[in-house]
Amino acid sequence: MSQREGLFSKRRWEAFREFVWEQNPISFQILGICSALATTTQVKTAMIMVLGLAFVTSLSNTIISLLRKYIPSAIRIIIFLVVIATLVIIVDEVLKAFMFDLSKKLSVYVGLIITNCIVMGRAEAFAMSNGPWDSFLDGLSNSAGYGLFLLAVAIPRELFGKGTILGFTIIPESAYQMGYKDAGIMLLAPSAFIILGLLIWGKTEIEMRAAKKGGR
Amino acid sequence: MQHYLSLAIKSIFVENILLAFFLGQCSFVACSKKVETAIGLGTAVIFVMTITTPASWFFYNILLRKGAPLLMWLNVPFLDLSFLGFMAYIAVIAAMVQFLEMFLDKYFPALYAALGIFLPLIAVNCAVLGAALFMVKRDYNLMESIVYGASTGMGWAMAIVSMAAIRKKLRYSNIPAGLEGLGIIFIMTGLLAMTFMCFSGIKL
Repeated sequence: MSQREGLFSKRRWEAFREFVWEQNPISFQILGICSALATTTQVKTAMIMVLGLAFVTSLSNTIISLLRKYIPSAIRIIIFLVVIATLVIIVDEVLKAFMFDLSKKLSVYVGLIITNCIVMGRAEAFAMSNGPWDSFLDGLSNSAGYGLFLLAVAIPRELFGKGTILGFTIIPESAYQMGYKDAGIMLLAPSAFIILGLLIWGKTEIEMRAAKKGGR
Repeated sequence: MQHYLSLAIKSIFVENILLAFFLGQCSFVACSKKVETAIGLGTAVIFVMTITTPASWFFYNILLRKGAPLLMWLNVPFLDLSFLGFMAYIAVIAAMVQFLEMFLDKYFPALYAALGIFLPLIAVNCAVLGAALFMVKRDYNLMESIVYGASTGMGWAMAIVSMAAIRKKLRYSNIPAGLEGLGIIFIMTGLLAMTFMCFSGIKL
């Protein structure tokens, strides 16, 4: 690097946008789907999950990037796992200490951040060959893309399954009196799969239209 | 005996780890293109889970739990190491997978040739770690954890093989262009999960 780059240069901003939309970890890289579906029955749990993942991914990326010159490639997976597991333990203990109810609801899924392929995938694909600040931003942008999809799945699920968003009632009482009922299926497993499928359909459709217009 | 049978049925059908708990999605999507691959990966997962779940059980109950025998023997009964659980299970899984790979290579070369490429993938399959965590959470005993590990693996294998079969058929169907690929897979999985929900009333 001959010229020093600003901390938030244009290139970094571009990379951020790319991971949130075009190369979204869930819809494009097919990473980290498990927890995306399991924690989305409520917007609140989904948000906590996103924050947890953002913390773990950005820090693990930073740490691995700092250590990248000292990690022998033969045992790198195990080193990644140790770094990631340590960070996940921190998240889990913090949740248990300050948000016990939520940590009960998230149950094993916090622990499963360890095997969330986003964390591992970014460590392997990005942090091993880039500097710490870039890796930190890479972790953040991937988590942002993950968060976008998580919220997009969680909002309809909570809204139609319970009539609330973040615990606030959205669907008015009068609607229930007129015979509207909450759709219980939205809280069950199949709806998560189907909503995610439809979201991905929508995203590809938008991209295809854009490609046609732009003539790319 | 009946208790174990009902646990097995429950974890294969009613609480299928993939369709009800969403675990092991990544490899499910990535490796269900061909039926043969799906069968290979499914077998490997059954194999690994049957070993790692009881192995994690040993770790938790002998070393990590509060008042575990090893801690008692070391005369530190106040120590509760269960917060190290994640680290221990993931190490057990990674080590087991590595060990299994070497063992199969040496003694069962035919099986190794068939499973070989899938084994490293399993270390990061969240279903394997998930099974270990659920096992701890639900306080299974040793026998239960063996049954649970094996049957959870079977449930996962069944789901991926059926998905591979469906995808084979899908190739000849007329799907809207935007829905092709990932989108339709998720919708099919949703429908598959819905059919599995029919089992949910069953009690043995």
